[in-house]
Amino acid sequence: MGASTAIELRNITKVFGSIVANKDVNLSVNRGEILSILGENGSGKTTLMNILSGIYFPDHGQILINGEEVVIRSPKDAFSYGIGMIHQHFKLVDVFSAAENIVLGLHEEKFNIKRSAEKIKAISEQYGFEIDPKKKIHEMSVSEKQTVEIIKVLYRGADILILDEPTAVLTPQETQKLFAVLRRMREDGKSIIIITHKLHEVLSLSDRVSVLRKGEYIGTVNTAETNESELTEMMVGKKISLNIRRDDPVDPQDRLTVNGLTCISRDGVKLLDNVSFTARSGEILGIAGIAGSGQRELLEAIAGLQKLNSGSIVYHNPKTGAEDDLRNKTPMQIRDLGVRLSFVPEDRLGMGLVGNMDIIDNMMLRSYRKGKTVFLERKPPRTLAERIIRDLEVVTPGATTPVRRLSGGNVQKVLVGREIASSPTVLMAAYPVRGLDINSSYLIYNLLNEQKQNGAAVIFVGEALDILIGLCDRIAVLGSGRITGMVDARNTTKEAIGLLMTKHDGGETNHG
Amino acid sequence: MIIAFIQRAIMQGIPLLFGSTGEIITEKSGNLNLGIPGVMYVGGICGVIGAFLYEQNATAFVPFLAVLIPILCCLLGSFIMGLIYSVLTATLRANQNVTGLALTTFGVGFGNFFGGSLIKIVKSDMPSVVLTKTSNCFKAVLPFAGKLGAVGKLLFSYSFLAYLAVIIALVAAYVFKHTRMGLHLRAVGESPATADAAGINVIRYKYLSTLIGSMIAGLGGLYYVMDYANGVWSNNGFGDRGWLAIALVIFAVWKPDLSILGSFLFGGLFIVHNYIPNLTMSDQEIFKMTPYVVTILVLVFVSLRNRRENQPPASLGLAYFREER
Repeated sequence: MGASTAIELRNITKVFGSIVANKDVNLSVNRGEILSILGENGSGKTTLMNILSGIYFPDHGQILINGEEVVIRSPKDAFSYGIGMIHQHFKLVDVFSAAENIVLGLHEEKFNIKRSAEKIKAISEQYGFEIDPKKKIHEMSVSEKQTVEIIKVLYRGADILILDEPTAVLTPQETQKLFAVLRRMREDGKSIIIITHKLHEVLSLSDRVSVLRKGEYIGTVNTAETNESELTEMMVGKKISLNIRRDDPVDPQDRLTVNGLTCISRDGVKLLDNVSFTARSGEILGIAGIAGSGQRELLEAIAGLQKLNSGSIVYHNPKTGAEDDLRNKTPMQIRDLGVRLSFVPEDRLGMGLVGNMDIIDNMMLRSYRKGKTVFLERKPPRTLAERIIRDLEVVTPGATTPVRRLSGGNVQKVLVGREIASSPTVLMAAYPVRGLDINSSYLIYNLLNEQKQNGAAVIFVGEALDILIGLCDRIAVLGSGRITGMVDARNTTKEAIGLLMTKHDGGETNHG
Repeated sequence: MIIAFIQRAIMQGIPLLFGSTGEIITEKSGNLNLGIPGVMYVGGICGVIGAFLYEQNATAFVPFLAVLIPILCCLLGSFIMGLIYSVLTATLRANQNVTGLALTTFGVGFGNFFGGSLIKIVKSDMPSVVLTKTSNCFKAVLPFAGKLGAVGKLLFSYSFLAYLAVIIALVAAYVFKHTRMGLHLRAVGESPATADAAGINVIRYKYLSTLIGSMIAGLGGLYYVMDYANGVWSNNGFGDRGWLAIALVIFAVWKPDLSILGSFLFGGLFIVHNYIPNLTMSDQEIFKMTPYVVTILVLVFVSLRNRRENQPPASLGLAYFREER
């Protein structure tokens, strides 16, 4: 064998309460290799990587680095063995500059931010990053923050890099840049472990793929000798179709007309700039755009949660035929019209669910006003909770488990399931499959399709362009708060939408 | 008259400065220690107990020891208070607000109990303990202060503890901004998970900053008794100064150097009613309210400007547990 093993895991097991996150996992990475780890939500990928980086301590099992057994008790130990982790949720201090974040926790050299900044510049040039060491984190875009995270581990001299879903928040162009950097690191002899859900990324980037399913290790294959459907089968344990169903719109009628919405933030930034479109019943309207281009504000405006500076949102009531301007209504009145928002924000528990409450009580957040007496009636929400757990295959010990104990994807299923259960006339779903594995993603797509069949106007904010193109009927593209284009999803391309996403005033593009 | 006012305002401000510097150091680690009023109270009474025992039992009165013993007693008392707080919140992860408020109640009760006991022992006619000899040692000023006129009065007429307070605040500001330790401490308060992932011992920083912060705050209580009150301890004499110190933290937007000016301003606002002639009792009370009003105004102003740098440490008041999901 020419390649030498950089890191090897043997029979790693980790248990949280009654949930087995990892069970007898075996894994090895060679030097100068990119290994992908595939697995559904809750299959224990992140837990496994957290064990490697010293955040969690395994219940049993061995870790070998360069053939020698080691004990990793803390993140500090992990650094000393050359392991650096880039977390899915960035671990950066907002009010610090890039350089301050990068040197955080180091003791070896004298404290001198200026000299550190020079070293950072040198690393950036070596691998082709663009970064301003003095810029504060809270002023940075998502991809800049990720760059800081990567430089942080390189600065520590890590040779084993672990990236947890690094492309989840990047545009296609940014993803390509990141992959170029990763390939350069591989040539440099570094070992890279990357966790991702996107099969095409796995195939284009990695040398080998290891698959986990429900905390158990399934196997490792060479990327060159495999394909999407084989990997999916390993992950899910059964064959599933990778085609998204798309039916023709059913009797489309105007349901929601948005006209000239403008929303200006307190700092004077235009969050929404003259946004107009129409959502029709029996149709899925996709909204594409780089994260933070106004998607959140737009959906919140329709739900009555965002103050607007100008514009109107006209709701065509299918029962009465009346036309109401939602701007004059309270969020509760809007909800009663059947306009439903299942917003899945970046931190999944931030909005919509209460982490410390169990699944049943979270169901009741939407129905508590229906009770006739002062006492709570738990039976209907319990039935609903159990139905969602069964239909959406939520991995949980039971309906009475606090939501925060579930893994991210399962939290999302609970949220989307609850919103869909109320048979809405307008259903808005923002990033409903963010961080979800293939199986659960398809469940959600089917649910959205079902709503479309039932005559709801579905507004779907997504990030993966191929999904948007496959699922939606029409796609509106948002760029810096403006609608930069409205395309027919049946005859458009990823590249065309990608260009619209980065389009600014005067038609110039951002990343080329 | 103006000079006397400024001088008095600064003396009034020094206990607040000790308290707020201590609280800023504590809060930078993400610990919101609302027990600071109690800590300052305990610092004061422990110093008084030490001084009292020394005055009563010393055969030969050595000024150096008369200063050293109360300071050590004060540091020990406030150290223990800080330790109780740290064990409860950092190790056992109890609610910080509840713990802090309990410590304040406890500290005031502790002070009044021992204060009352000492008053009984000396069988004084007045409800107070007088430690003039010790106080005089604490109040020793530079010999040339009196000869320099107004300048001397303004700059050199204070006792060593007052200068110590300013120096501690300046050192703290420097440490926060320019040292690795300061960077790590701020990281712990902003985002303990980040700090932990970077290999910083979060719990140790929380303990250290709370303990050091408490000891500094305790000195504020000691300064109040020995300097400001001329060595006279009377129960509840310390009043609301502990809360004022916490308000000052907000006023100074968590910057110890700003806290120096803020403490003098608060001190001035606190006593300005004595320097305005013909005030009724109710007018005086309105004037005593001004520091709090100013704090609220600062909060409003800072929130309106909404600069990320002027906000409290992001994880202030939250317990940290690494394996929390």
